[in-house]
Amino acid sequence: MALVKHSKKSCAVNPLKMSQPIGGALAFMGVSNCMPVLHGSQGCTSFGLVLFVRHFREAIPLQTTAMNEVATILGGLDNIEQSILNIVKRANPEVIGICSTGVTETKGDDVDGYLKSMRQRRPELADLGIVYVSTPDFKDAFQDGFGKTVTKIIEEFVPRYEESPQRAPARVNVLAGCHLTPGDIDELRDIIECFGLEPTFLPDLSGSLDGHIPEDFTPTTLGGVTKADIARMGTAGWTLAIGEQMRDAAVALEARAGVPFALFDRLTGLGVNDDFVAFLSKISGRPVPLKIRRLRGQLVDSMLDGHFHFGGKRIAIGAEPDLLWSVGSFLAEMGAEIIGAVTTTKSPLLAKFPAEEVLIGDLEDLEQRAEGSDLIITHSHGRQASERLGVPLFRLGLPTFDRLGAAQEVSVGYRGTRNLIFAIGNIFIARTHEPDAETWRQDFQDHAHAGAAAQSNQLVQIETIV
Amino acid sequence: MTSLANKIQDVFNEPGCDKNQGKSEKERKKGCTKQLAPGAAAGGCAFDGAKIALQPITDVAHLVHGPIACEGNSWDNRGAKSSSSRLYRTGFTTDMNENDVIFGGEKRLYKSIKEILDKYDPPAVFVYQTCVPAMTGDDIGAVCKAASAKFGKPIIPVISPGFVGPKNLGNKLAGEAILDHVIGTVEPQYTTPYDINIIGEYNLAGELWQVKPLLDELGIRILSCISGDAKYHEVASSHRAKAAMMVCSKAMINVARKMEERYGIPFFEGSFYGIGDMSDSLREIARLLIERGAPAELMERTEAVIAREEARAWARIAPFKERLTGKRVLLITGGVKSWSVVAALQEAGLEIAGTSVKKSTKEDKEKIKELMGQDAHMIDDMTPREMYKMLKEARADIMLSGGRSQFIALKAKMPWLDINQERHHAYAGYEGMVELVEEIDKALYNPVWAQVRLPAPWEETSWEERATKALEAEAAALVADPERAEEARRAKKVCSCHNVNVGAIEDALRADGLGSVEAIGGATHAGTGCGGCQGKIAEILDAMSSAGAIPASKAA
Ligand code: SF4
Repeated sequence: MALVKHSKKSCAVNPLKMSQPIGGALAFMGVSNCMPVLHGSQGCTSFGLVLFVRHFREAIPLQTTAMNEVATILGGLDNIEQSILNIVKRANPEVIGICSTGVTETKGDDVDGYLKSMRQRRPELADLGIVYVSTPDFKDAFQDGFGKTVTKIIEEFVPRYEESPQRAPARVNVLAGCHLTPGDIDELRDIIECFGLEPTFLPDLSGSLDGHIPEDFTPTTLGGVTKADIARMGTAGWTLAIGEQMRDAAVALEARAGVPFALFDRLTGLGVNDDFVAFLSKISGRPVPLKIRRLRGQLVDSMLDGHFHFGGKRIAIGAEPDLLWSVGSFLAEMGAEIIGAVTTTKSPLLAKFPAEEVLIGDLEDLEQRAEGSDLIITHSHGRQASERLGVPLFRLGLPTFDRLGAAQEVSVGYRGTRNLIFAIGNIFIARTHEPDAETWRQDFQDHAHAGAAAQSNQLVQIETIV
Repeated sequence: MTSLANKIQDVFNEPGCDKNQGKSEKERKKGCTKQLAPGAAAGGCAFDGAKIALQPITDVAHLVHGPIACEGNSWDNRGAKSSSSRLYRTGFTTDMNENDVIFGGEKRLYKSIKEILDKYDPPAVFVYQTCVPAMTGDDIGAVCKAASAKFGKPIIPVISPGFVGPKNLGNKLAGEAILDHVIGTVEPQYTTPYDINIIGEYNLAGELWQVKPLLDELGIRILSCISGDAKYHEVASSHRAKAAMMVCSKAMINVARKMEERYGIPFFEGSFYGIGDMSDSLREIARLLIERGAPAELMERTEAVIAREEARAWARIAPFKERLTGKRVLLITGGVKSWSVVAALQEAGLEIAGTSVKKSTKEDKEKIKELMGQDAHMIDDMTPREMYKMLKEARADIMLSGGRSQFIALKAKMPWLDINQERHHAYAGYEGMVELVEEIDKALYNPVWAQVRLPAPWEETSWEERATKALEAEAAALVADPERAEEARRAKKVCSCHNVNVGAIEDALRADGLGSVEAIGGATHAGTGCGGCQGKIAEILDAMSSAGAIPASKAA
């Protein structure tokens, strides 16, 4: 149980947080043949683009409505229409996904209303899917923008059913939060398919940002879930929501089409995966396959091997709520102590987190809490703090721009959890200090001196206070 | 007119900017703000440009006033190196929330400045304006003034909100900020006849340090680099330099020119890229210093260093030259330094298969033409597919570009080298040239290419073969069908800013008998954005008028 606090500072130092609209844009990148667009000035898109390129090491489709100073005053509706027409002409996508930014939300146009009237004026765009999400930069964080976008995609593309439709029991929807990597999504797909179920992931970054050689160059997203797949989600047997951030989307899907959902707020750890696997077994009516039983055994074994190195370790973590919850909770289960937890935005999970306090703050806050710790866990921007403190950094989350393979890291399922134990455990092992002949010798003389010095210091302090 | 509007106007009137020569008074007023096409644009904002230009000042705090997007998504992502302070790599932002947007963010900004001074005690704080507070009317100039007065430290407003224009405008607005508030505010402890400023060098990947040892050897002191590895007091006292070198084309021309105007510091425009350019720059530095009173023997010593360094560099490049001669390079910089890189590559025996001149000025283009001959293949706006095609057809053996286009080369399984801002290797001076050649050699001759190009044994045709077939089929279809070929020819885009194609220009020419590039611009908007395509328009005009499509009287 943790006390949830907000940083009282005026100035954020070394931000942990990234903005909401690029979170939304990432969600759109998991939709097939889609062009994500930020409705704002060109710089916002450019920064987002560079960030994703450096993390995924892939070409990233992301456009801008290119609002200049005049447009911000007059309103950006014209720019939206121009963008849509230009993108259709140049890239001919199936879906255009638009996220607002601070620049356009400060004035606040009625974009949804405008899009409706534009559709009437332009029947030629009838087949084009257009999704608009309100994601002002000055509110919330990356994870929130991702969640809102998934909800809005469902509202746009899944038809509303008055009566519960005919269901295909083998089909399951998987709403995949942004704490999952493309590698995680592949892992979940494997597990779910083991039960003869057919998962539809929304969004599906595994097809688009998993680092493969494409057949041809397309200016839009490659792979990902198609608009037609999304429309069919209303007739699936179940929805599995992975991450608390996916709750609203799951609720929206249930409200539209009556698809029941189960929410798994984390899939890193033994118990949570047992629940997940048992659930899959129940809804599929199949026993747990041998392969998965073996993976479970391997995880238990690696927990036994690894716990020596985790027990009592002091760890500071900075991550968005769902990622913090997943990894932090598991580390606590391995016997580590979370001495600092910093996150970006509110979430009902924070109060349940196994630490004394969770702070909605920045990496300066994390650095203060990480002093004397054994490990810092956060995204690549933790590198400066790690250097200054001489504490190793385990890179987790987006952006990871100074390591290879961030998109393929797997930390969910039995296998992913096992990977995580090895990766983090090895850092601890590498840091073990070999004892030497002097390690346990006490130098009494020096200690006496130090004691005297400390005392005189105290005196000085008391004097100054007086 | 607001003061920001005045500033932008002033920057656009820059007499040192070649783009402005040949523009009418009215055109100049309009400035070079590109009317970006919504949904078809790329590139950073003016704030980005301002930050790029000033963040290399290492010991100050750079505070970004705005919502999280501007700093949170981008901090510590630039490769400027520092020899001492690390403060410049700390990300400071007011992270404005909804309340600040509604009620104004000035209070938060003021408190943020105080927090930074209390915790980090920097010699100065640079405060960057961004779009949202500019829209809601936060007067950061006033806040900085008040904070300066209260805390007794320089608090510098950098007024370059993203939406006023592209990165290069931001570079210049950043220059204005230091001209107005920093340069000339501190006297140097002492001066020498060998004091120079280097303007527009950011010490990316430590490139300044590839050059500095030679200057040190010659006894030439960098009074201030603006802004690579600079400290605040150096920039503040840079007005006492004897001469200046302006690096990187036009990025900070206003700083160089106004320092000449205000403080009588003569400058020249030079480059550290390439052996010849490096030697020329050293000579120019010596010449200007001697003009300003340094002993004439400086030139002899400079020539001796040049001779020694050139010989050493050539000797180190020689073993590669044989392996690289005839290899073709596709160069996509999207930046203004195309021409200096071109010179450097040619020294290593490489041929240029094409170069992007998207953001280059007319003069840059001339330089490229001069260096590469008249038939220089300039790639203004290649689509990824065209780029792939070009690489594929082995008209290029390696691509040099910025981080964003690298995947086009890599997915085409072609060697690629990063030469943009985020690059990790330093390519300046004699050392850098050797390094560049080594890197190209490493990339070209890596055995990995042979392996990754192997098709999987069970694939009947590889995707490359399919793609090539598709391209061939497309080309054949065009040949077979003159109507479609004509259509494709006419659909070729000329003006990216306004999305105008060849056909539209030709139609306008035919219908209205327009006789000049300006008139075409008036009718179709082509060439009225960044102006980068005016050359192409002139070519179309030439071709059409010589073909007799326009009445001779109008074809002025
Ligand atoms: S365009 Fe404006 S809001 Fe966007 S990053 Fe640049 S300064 Fe910030």
